[in-house]
Formats: sequence, C-alpha cells, structure tokens
Amino acid sequence: MSAPAPQPADARALRAAGLSHAYGDRWVLRDLDLALGAGETLAVLGPNGAGKSTLLRILATLLRPTAGSVAVGGHELPGEAWRLRGRIGYLGHQPLLYRDLDARENLAFHAKLFGLGDAGAGRAADLLERVGLARRATTRVGEMSAGMVKRVAVCRAVLHDPDLLILDEPLANLDPEGVATVAPLLGPAPGRTRVVVTHDVDAALEQADRVLGLHRDGSVAFAAPVAAVGADRARSIYAERAGAAA
Amino acid sequence: MRRATPSVLGVVATVLAKDLRVELRTLQSVPAMLLFATTIFVVFRFGLDRTRLDGALAAGVLLVTILFAALLAINRIFVAEREQGGFEAIRLAPADATAMFLAKAAALLIYLVVLELFALPVFWLFFLDDAAGLVPMLPVLLLLDASLAITGAVIAPMATNSRARDLIAPLILLPLLVPALIAAAGAGQHLLAAGGPSYEQYGTWLAVLCLYDLVFLLIGWAAFDFLIED
Repeated sequence: MSAPAPQPADARALRAAGLSHAYGDRWVLRDLDLALGAGETLAVLGPNGAGKSTLLRILATLLRPTAGSVAVGGHELPGEAWRLRGRIGYLGHQPLLYRDLDARENLAFHAKLFGLGDAGAGRAADLLERVGLARRATTRVGEMSAGMVKRVAVCRAVLHDPDLLILDEPLANLDPEGVATVAPLLGPAPGRTRVVVTHDVDAALEQADRVLGLHRDGSVAFAAPVAAVGADRARSIYAERAGAAA
Repeated sequence: MRRATPSVLGVVATVLAKDLRVELRTLQSVPAMLLFATTIFVVFRFGLDRTRLDGALAAGVLLVTILFAALLAINRIFVAEREQGGFEAIRLAPADATAMFLAKAAALLIYLVVLELFALPVFWLFFLDDAAGLVPMLPVLLLLDASLAITGAVIAPMATNSRARDLIAPLILLPLLVPALIAAAGAGQHLLAAGGPSYEQYGTWLAVLCLYDLVFLLIGWAAFDFLIED
C-alpha cells in the first residue's frame, strides 16, 4: 500500500483562478474562477463548444491549461497531477475501453492499472451485475450497443471508488433502464466530490450544490450556489446564438 | 477499497498481456509482417535476378526486409491507445506511464522475433547455400530487433498523434535507425560472406547495438510521459 499523499494547506476539492484554455489560437475556455468544497457536486452547463469537456479534461489531469491556475484536492495542476492519479474517476465522451476485449477483460485491465489486486475481479463482477451486464461480461466491447458500452464505461470510472468523479454527460446514450442502473453508481456519496456536465438543467439544479454556466465563447455566465441561479437564468445560456455570447 | 500503487513490472505485464491477447484475437500486425517480408524477398529475388546472395548484399536484403516489416507494426502499435483511450487510462491510473513504453517495446520485440522465426528460413531457402552464417546472426538480429522495438516505441506515440501517422513514423524513425543498421550490416556482411562466416569486428558491432539500445531505452524512459500528452 502506498503512503498517503501529504495533505496540502488548501484542501478544497477544486479551485481555479483565471483558468483559460486555447487550441491553437482558438480560445475555448476563458478566465474561469471556481471553488468547490469536498463532497459537493458542481453542475456544468453550457451549449456545445462552450469548453465544458475541455474544463473536465483539465480537472482530470489529462490536459494542461493554457493560462491561469487550477488545483484539485489542493494539488496544483499540472505540476502535482501525479499525486491525484488513482483518485479521479473520469467518464468522458470516450469510454476508455478496448473494443477487442470483452467487458470483464477491460475492467480487469483497469483494475490492475489501479492496483486493486485480487479485489479488482470481485469488484468488476459486482459492478457488471449492478449495471445489468453480468450475462454480457464476455461480450467484446466492439460488439456492444452504445448504451451497453456506456454502462461498462461507468463501471470502469467507479471501479477504484474514486474521491472525485468527473462526468461528461454521463447519462448520454442510456435508455431509462440504463439510467436507473447507473445513477446510483454515479450519484452523491459520502466524501465524493462530483463535477458533472449535463444539458438537463432541471436535474442539474436538483442534484448539484453549485452550478457553473459557460457561454458559447467559453466565458463564464455564472458560477454560484444553485440557490442563487434560477432555472430561467440557467436555461438562458442555451438560448444564445453562435457568436452572440453575453 | 484498498488501492496500491502497481509496480512498473506489473503494469508492463498487464499492458503486454493485453496487447498480445488483442493481437492473437485480431491478427492485425504479425500476419501482415510475415506476408510483407515474404513479398519483399520475392521482389528482391526477381529484382536482383539472383538466386544466391552473400556478403553485404545478403545482409542488406535481410535487414532492409526486417526494417520495413517492422514499420508495419510500429505504425499500429499505439493506434488503439490513441483511438480507444489507453493513453488517458494510464494517465488517470497511479501507474508509471513509462511502463506502457516498455510494454510496447516488448510487444514489438516479440512480433519481430515471431517474424524472424518465419522469415529466416524463407531467406535461407531463397538466397543462401547453407545456414552456417545465420546462427551467429541471431544475436545481431535480436539486438537489432531491440533497436527497432525501442526506437519504434519512442517515435510511434508522436506519429500516432499526427494525422499523417503512416508518413511521420518512417520519416523520423529511419534516420534514427541508421547507426543500428550500420552495426547490424557491419556484422552481417562478414557472417553471410561466401565461403562461411567470419567474425571480424563481431564483438564491436554487438557492443554498438547494445549501446544504441541502451541510449534509446533511456530516452524513451525519460520522454514517454511527455510524448503521450495531448
């Protein structure tokens, strides 16, 4: 067992100041200030192209920000990203599953990468049972439907019981039954901080502690506790036309 | 849940086992390499219009064939990691990402050894009078395989990030491989000489190949984390 990482002075789950990112000369995230406490849920709203997925990839340590500072669990990124490895559960647009391996093999692979040891196989079997795929455990991912792949990806994201869940439209591609099976795995849990990108404004306002709205140009529309952001204001960012951010 | 930092060797074994399992299932790389090598031998046989080769020409035909067959596997070795999220997976895990570099180099080395188990008899059949020179060529080929595998595992992640993947890998890789090819050809021209193998500078050329492999192993170890970033 590895030694626990030293606890930094500022142990808030997330903190960003002036966070910006550009792909080449195209800025997709502009001057974001953000703070989130441990165990809280942040909902991220915004139209397509507003920089939501980019923000999540930065928080997941997969992308270096172009400007500004960001810390996760008090550890500055990207310099201290290595301290966060194994503590983040990331569910993005890509399932991070090998198409030529079956569901069980994929989860076993990730369990070994995350150092779960002998417990990994049992944990994987339990998760596949919970998402209703126990009987499809030996089906190759490349032969699964998009919804089934999503369910396996959810298992992969929570396999190591992460402290921080970063979820990019986690319920996309899922039918109502799929939503019902994965929701308990992705929902709030004691000590678990969540950042969730969603286009379901009502669900976001119901489940989150704080909400971040991004304009189409990547600038911040609002970043506040849910109570301070009404449903109408939250929906208004989806009404913007391209090139007409506030 | 108990989580431990997996050892480098444990992750190497995990990634390598995954790659070999996928290769056995899909047969994407090794059969193509075998077919390609055979085709190249046929082309040389008719292109040179000779049924027997020796010396530098024999070594050149053998080494160039192995080199170009290796490029097929090198071009593909990281494609699944890029397209199916293997790079992200290892960067999210508490595992040393360098383990992926070592696993990919090991996978390429295995592919090349399998290729040679098939290609050397074909080469003997097509071009040699006897196999006496091939036996002492085995250490040379093994070290050259390591050169191809290690250098390929350093360059392939960069190429995989590019849209011109199939072009970038050879353009960067071939110049880098020149010292290893010079050493292997230097040893091979004497081992495959007419009248039987001679061991002129054999140890020197092996040492050069060992040094080359060590240098690129260290470069890969130091640089791989940066090579797999977005």
